[in-house]
Amino acid sequence: MAPANQEEEVRLLGKWPSPFSNRIVLALKLKGVSYKYSEENLANKSDDLLKYNPVYKKVPVLVHNGNPIAESLVILEYIDETWTNNSFLSQDPYERALARFWSKTLDDKILPAIWNACWSDEKGREKAVEEALEALNILENEIKDKKFFGGETIGLVDITANFIGYWVEILQEIAGLELLTIEKFPKVFKWSQEFINHPVIKEGLPPRDELLAFFKASASKK
Amino acid sequence: MATSDLKLLGGWFSPFACRVQIALSIKGLDYENIEENLNPKSDLLLQSNPTYKKIPVLIHGDKTICESAIIVQYIDEVWKNNATSSILPSNAYDKAIARFWVSYIDDKFFNSLRNGLFAQDDESKKKYFDELEEVLLKLEEVFNKLSEGKGFFGGEKIGFIDIALGCYLSWLKVKEKFTGTKMFDEAKNPGLVIWAETFSAHPSVKGILPETDKLVEFAIAMAQRLAAAAAAPPK
Repeated sequence: MAPANQEEEVRLLGKWPSPFSNRIVLALKLKGVSYKYSEENLANKSDDLLKYNPVYKKVPVLVHNGNPIAESLVILEYIDETWTNNSFLSQDPYERALARFWSKTLDDKILPAIWNACWSDEKGREKAVEEALEALNILENEIKDKKFFGGETIGLVDITANFIGYWVEILQEIAGLELLTIEKFPKVFKWSQEFINHPVIKEGLPPRDELLAFFKASASKK
Repeated sequence: MATSDLKLLGGWFSPFACRVQIALSIKGLDYENIEENLNPKSDLLLQSNPTYKKIPVLIHGDKTICESAIIVQYIDEVWKNNATSSILPSNAYDKAIARFWVSYIDDKFFNSLRNGLFAQDDESKKKYFDELEEVLLKLEEVFNKLSEGKGFFGGEKIGFIDIALGCYLSWLKVKEKFTGTKMFDEAKNPGLVIWAETFSAHPSVKGILPETDKLVEFAIAMAQRLAAAAAAPPK
């Protein structure tokens, strides 16, 4: 349990269907940190959001004792450095560099490829799917036979890959695609099951039926 | 600590490679500088950065580290030395702020500059350079806040944000040549004007940023290649 501090105030401004926002929920739960959560409506941004993230006006934003931090990967490192129990980043500089590299690759290359495939129209579909499968293959080669990307315990990369572990299954169902399957990517698939069944992660992920309904509604608007 | 096992796969034209060189210089480290031509990409590059096939790559013994901002943090963490040569702040919140602005620079600043320099039409060029102006106004604010009058984004010494932004100074000079307007507007970015001079004159930076004339030639050739590729019939 993280040390209690009566003066300490932790707030999270987020959006429950957002994997980026969810990363912070997972990290805070892994650390056992209590926090106040505010659900943001991005069509009607709160004064707090505009005050705490004037540069991007996006979620998630963590506010710790009145000090705001934006950008999920920046927030994750801050959380790991501030609450030192249940570390999700190694102290070894090389392991840290690798974790940062894979988190960045997930955000810059892998997530966009899969997201695009799930929302692609007929014209761009074939190419988008090809890129998504290539992206998943990169992960398949990286996870190898490890239980988690972080080794025996959940690490930074696992948290960053929450989209792969949980969101992809729902989005590909809606899109009628088979991207992440046990046949195509047995290792990533196995990892996804370890991830979503982890006792703390399980409690932190949004309910599947609600997430499915949310994205179905988004799909029908397109 | 033996430093003869350090190699940098870089390019003289690459602001990202410059970041690593500056970090290595701050720490007083010896290394082998391997110039990558990129045309074609060497086997060493393809093997050490299979995901992106890009420079810079730091090779430290049997370890390879990719992505310039990640490499700089690696260097800072391995060679902790003393407080006078540390690149990232020691406090977790200050570190987060530094990482946030480096991420902003890599996203907003880089894209506006790169897209503006190589835009094919005047309208796009203007759009991107207008964006760049907005970014610079923001960075001027950040500089004034973080430097506290001491000269660098890192305060008294060069820090993570200084390196992340300073590596682009030669490319900003290329923009000056291409557009005829100064890289930092004296009225809108007076802080950055002075910062650019202070940064360029720093002993750990001198000799690392490429010469403007050489870079202008390189940029013109690159622009021509991009224009030819854009005009080429689809395969």
